[in-house]
Amino acid sequence: MKVAAKVMMEIFKNEGVEVVFGVPGGQVMPLYDALMDADLLNVLTRHEQGAVHAADGYARASGKVGVCIATSGPGATNLVTGIANAYMDSVPMVAITGQVRRPVVGTDAFQEADTFGITLPVVKHSYLVTDEHELPRILHEAFYLARTGRPGPVLVDLPGDVATALIDYDPDNPPKLNLPGYKPTVKGHPRQIREAARALAEAQKPMIYAGGGIIISEASDELRELAAYAHIPVTTTLNGKGLFPEDDPLSLGMLGMHGTRYANYAMTNCDLIFAVGVRFDDRATGKVETFAPGAKIIHVDVDPAEIAKNLAVDIPIVGDAKWVLGSLIDELRKLDPSPERHLPWMRQVEDWKQAHPLPLREDPDGEIMPEFVIRKLWEVTKGEAIVTTEVGQNQMWAAQYWLAKHPRRFISSGGLGTMGYGFPAAMGAKLARPDLTVVDIAGDGSFQMTSQELATCVSYNIPVKVAILNNRYLGMVRQWQELFYDKRYASTCIECQPDFVKLAEAYGAQGFRATRPDEVEEVLRIALASDAPALMDFRIKREANVWPMVPAGSAISDMLGGGEA
Amino acid sequence: MKHTLSVLVENKPGVLVRISGLFARRGFNIDSLAVGETEDPMLSRVTISVDGQDQPIEQVTKQLHKLINVIKITDLDPNSSVTRELVLIKVHATSETRSEIIQVVEIFRAKIIDVSASTLIVEVTGTKDKIEGIISLLRPFGLVEVVRTGKIAISRGRKRT
Repeated sequence: MKVAAKVMMEIFKNEGVEVVFGVPGGQVMPLYDALMDADLLNVLTRHEQGAVHAADGYARASGKVGVCIATSGPGATNLVTGIANAYMDSVPMVAITGQVRRPVVGTDAFQEADTFGITLPVVKHSYLVTDEHELPRILHEAFYLARTGRPGPVLVDLPGDVATALIDYDPDNPPKLNLPGYKPTVKGHPRQIREAARALAEAQKPMIYAGGGIIISEASDELRELAAYAHIPVTTTLNGKGLFPEDDPLSLGMLGMHGTRYANYAMTNCDLIFAVGVRFDDRATGKVETFAPGAKIIHVDVDPAEIAKNLAVDIPIVGDAKWVLGSLIDELRKLDPSPERHLPWMRQVEDWKQAHPLPLREDPDGEIMPEFVIRKLWEVTKGEAIVTTEVGQNQMWAAQYWLAKHPRRFISSGGLGTMGYGFPAAMGAKLARPDLTVVDIAGDGSFQMTSQELATCVSYNIPVKVAILNNRYLGMVRQWQELFYDKRYASTCIECQPDFVKLAEAYGAQGFRATRPDEVEEVLRIALASDAPALMDFRIKREANVWPMVPAGSAISDMLGGGEA
Repeated sequence: MKHTLSVLVENKPGVLVRISGLFARRGFNIDSLAVGETEDPMLSRVTISVDGQDQPIEQVTKQLHKLINVIKITDLDPNSSVTRELVLIKVHATSETRSEIIQVVEIFRAKIIDVSASTLIVEVTGTKDKIEGIISLLRPFGLVEVVRTGKIAISRGRKRT
């Protein structure tokens, strides 16, 4: 018999956990006591939201399960935003929360909250451990569920007296999982795959629309092979950035609300969409009724509930993207389609690319334009860095101007749109990939939502870089107010803000500032070369907007700004 | 269109709230819901009666399938399944009306399971039509209260639900 908290450390080891993020508290003290002797890195963040986003960033950068820990009550409720964020973007995560001791559950005890109930709609699955002997099976199940099928966060709510109970556990003979209702479909239906191959071989104007599912299933190579073999242009979602090299001639970048004009025109005019690992989100499709009106749609996803959720699909394929793509390429080779039939379409797409490039603006007043910073960052890092983003204009500029080349190196809160995500996610990503430069492309508003994690970066020496595109606005909302609310800037001017350079220095990190374009490159070079956490305060053109843009509820071909229509 | 979803689930705490929460979140109003252990004590059967178009019902069914504790879902075809509901009806009864009520009860092959000076409790089992029929006939006597179990259903013939 062993103390359950110690057994949990053995299970962590068995599941390959290298790092956990969290904040201690009364009901997780047994767990933290066991962590002191465990063979893994235990990162104390300054807020539970920092812990859960860091676990998320770690998971996205590594492909492994991220682990975060919080105590009962407020600790657990502080995780909720991050759990919901991981749920929306299908991030494998195990969140462990303390709960009050079993005899007082349900009595409104000190720091009691119904964590199981609060998190129900935003978890892949959850457990309240009521029998200590079930803990080993539950914890193994949690890791298994988090990383298989469509990944997602799994919550384990653990009463304090369970953690101190004595239980049996043999790491060489762990308990059997008991999940009779869980059987993710990996292999796509062969007949559907043959039909998809035929449709691809016959299409005159095909498009690939790919998303985060490709990255999760590690299917980038297969997707590249398909695109190259069948000569099909590729557009991706925000979370798909990096699955296909965006400097490849076949890449059309991101589609949707702030996508490229050429991606949106191509999607609107194509005759076949091969959609894989995507969920036809409203930010990607715009008005569904006018989305790709003439196109046949093939939709591949591991989650059957995503198929035909938002619009009708002609050829549904439920299965793992990597398996389905591999099999599809084989089928397509048998048909040996002629590449010539696409030539007029490829010429048309190329014409759109030439006619409507993303604008690289120069400011007449000599101020820094955001895209200039991002393009310089790309040059200085040769596009090899991991980029995380905050949410808002900074995120969309990053999506537009950062040409992602590799999977797992563009990390952004896509579905939930969580401000404050990028910086802690960057910490997690840096711990997953210490060999790579990790930069959070931030806005001044978002960064202030989790800026206390500077202390975490400094204390564990996690040399993350933060590039704030500082316009002293909650910029995306301000942009909408400019366009749709008659420039009434309600609650979006945040001119009272800290001196970010001094803020970084106050925490023991480095701080730099650039106010003119000619200072940008030097600041980047110095900050990125340092082996300390560093913050860069780029004072950008205050009212620079994100162009092009599709107004909410419009067709994606109906774009404002950013290259003439 | 009415659908009867028969959902086989693990008999564990929290399963019901996952199911009902999912319906609420996706904007469905559940007409009735009945739960009970099956022949295997590890499993429970949830019978959900819900109104909706086929496409949204298919979507909610897929979402239900994603719940880890859900094992099997059947959208029961009314032609190849049998449905029943048990209802307890407390109705006002005076010495003048009592025999008339008893006649109604007999016609519907219902039972009287409690008698007091001013009320009768009627137990009736049947399909929705039968239940609504007896309720409408008893209503003029003065319904005190009506308690329903919600619909349960099972496939006809050898096939398992």
